[in-house]
Amino acid sequence: MQYLLMIHGEEGRFGDMPKADVEKMMGAYGAYTQALKDAGVLRGGERLQPSTTATVVRTKNGKTSVLNGPYAEVKEQLGGYYVIEAADLDAAIGWAARCPGASDGAIEVRPIWPM
Amino acid sequence: MTPEAEDAARAAATRVARESYGKLVAFLAARDRDIAAAEDALSDALAAALADWPRRGVPANPEGWLIVTARRRRIDAAWRGRVADEASETLRLAAEELEAAEEHGPLPDRRLALMFVCAHPAIDEAVRAPLMLQTILGLDAAAIASAFLVSPAAMGQRLSRAKAKIRLAGAPFRIPEREELPERLDAVLEAIYAAFAYGWEQAFADDPRGRNLAEEAIWLGRLVASLALDEPEALGLLALMLYADSRRAARRDAAGRYVPLAEQDVGRWSAAAIDEAERLLTVAGAKRRPGRFQLEAAIQSAHAARRHGGATDWPAIAALYDALYALTDSKVVAVNRAVAAAEAHGEAAGLALLEAAAAEGGLDGYQSYWAARAALLARAGRKGEAADAYRRAIGLEFDPATRAFLIERLASLG
Repeated sequence: MQYLLMIHGEEGRFGDMPKADVEKMMGAYGAYTQALKDAGVLRGGERLQPSTTATVVRTKNGKTSVLNGPYAEVKEQLGGYYVIEAADLDAAIGWAARCPGASDGAIEVRPIWPM
Repeated sequence: MTPEAEDAARAAATRVARESYGKLVAFLAARDRDIAAAEDALSDALAAALADWPRRGVPANPEGWLIVTARRRRIDAAWRGRVADEASETLRLAAEELEAAEEHGPLPDRRLALMFVCAHPAIDEAVRAPLMLQTILGLDAAAIASAFLVSPAAMGQRLSRAKAKIRLAGAPFRIPEREELPERLDAVLEAIYAAFAYGWEQAFADDPRGRNLAEEAIWLGRLVASLALDEPEALGLLALMLYADSRRAARRDAAGRYVPLAEQDVGRWSAAAIDEAERLLTVAGAKRRPGRFQLEAAIQSAHAARRHGGATDWPAIAALYDALYALTDSKVVAVNRAVAAAEAHGEAAGLALLEAAAAEGGLDGYQSYWAARAALLARAGRKGEAADAYRRAIGLEFDPATRAFLIERLASLG
């Protein structure tokens, strides 16, 4: 099965983060991504620009509205994602728990609808 | 076929349904995690058995017969409802499993794995016990709803949502690895105990289902204890439920009035249930891995000692509650701990613990807190405050006999 791991966290914290800590975090993500690759489970994943750059688009009755996003104003924002292949939910949870974002935010694990 | 043989066949079908329901669901759902489809197929197969067995006799392997029939129904449903690819995949898996089942004789028992699925951390805690009662025991949503005091429609919806999540999110039918086993087993045991507690509290309510629920929970407890052999907490839970159940008859007097534990006639306790509980607790203790349920069972064991004419060892019980409270941090335990401390060290000690627990919050709507507080205040001679606390307890109680008991105590304050 494929799962989407959504990395939610307070993006504001990056602003005040000392450079050394940013490097540490990048290093941790690099190692995690490599571990996913080595295990042969990585199917995709990207880091996203901050939620202040988001735009929400809707079409209703033929009229398109464009709003300054993000879609939901919450304390923690979607900062990036991975798509992984895992045997079952427990295996996916196991990978989510190892994601650096799990220790300073939360990882939402969602099964991907097979097409 | 003679009417007697027909009755026998019908009885056999009912018995297999009762004893094998969870085994059959677990077997049918293990591959594709589709519990709802497994239940549908099984109920079709059981209906077919009720029509077929009285006419042609009970098959030599009733479980095998039900599996084959249920599998056929699932394949039919798959052909009807899904794309051909998926149906042929289901067909292939079914053929493989049938072969395996025939070669290896008795059906593999995957009920423990099914219980771990029902109590998976991804499943809402409130629905874990209902899910277990339905998938392992085959109770219907309406019966479960009534026992858990929610509407049948709401319960049905919660159950089907949970089953959909298990299927779509891919919660695995397996026994967790050693490192995560204690925590995962705990969730299973908690769910069983929740079912027992609901049944226990309602054992004397007008609805007879409450009584049944306590029995069903004991049945589940036996099942886990027999399947998870090396786990002392599983034995501890079963012992705990048996101790409580041993006092069922003594909880009411001849007139149906509530009798508190300290005033119960020990002659009306079930000696057989207590003996079994003591044996289980001894086996569990020998494994030297104490836990919440073993501690609770040990407290019950200390209460049960009174059956041999001994006085209740309150200091020992108070110490066990201290350990239990340190482990669980639960409000139920906090209240019972205060009551034990009052017996062991005096009302002042008990009231101090109760007040400390109340300061943490969350006790205002809890009947046992007010009843315990009332009793301790009454003993300390603080009548006005005791009366207030009794009124709060009476207002929160839903069991008529217990309410009557509290009203009597309130009146006796004078």
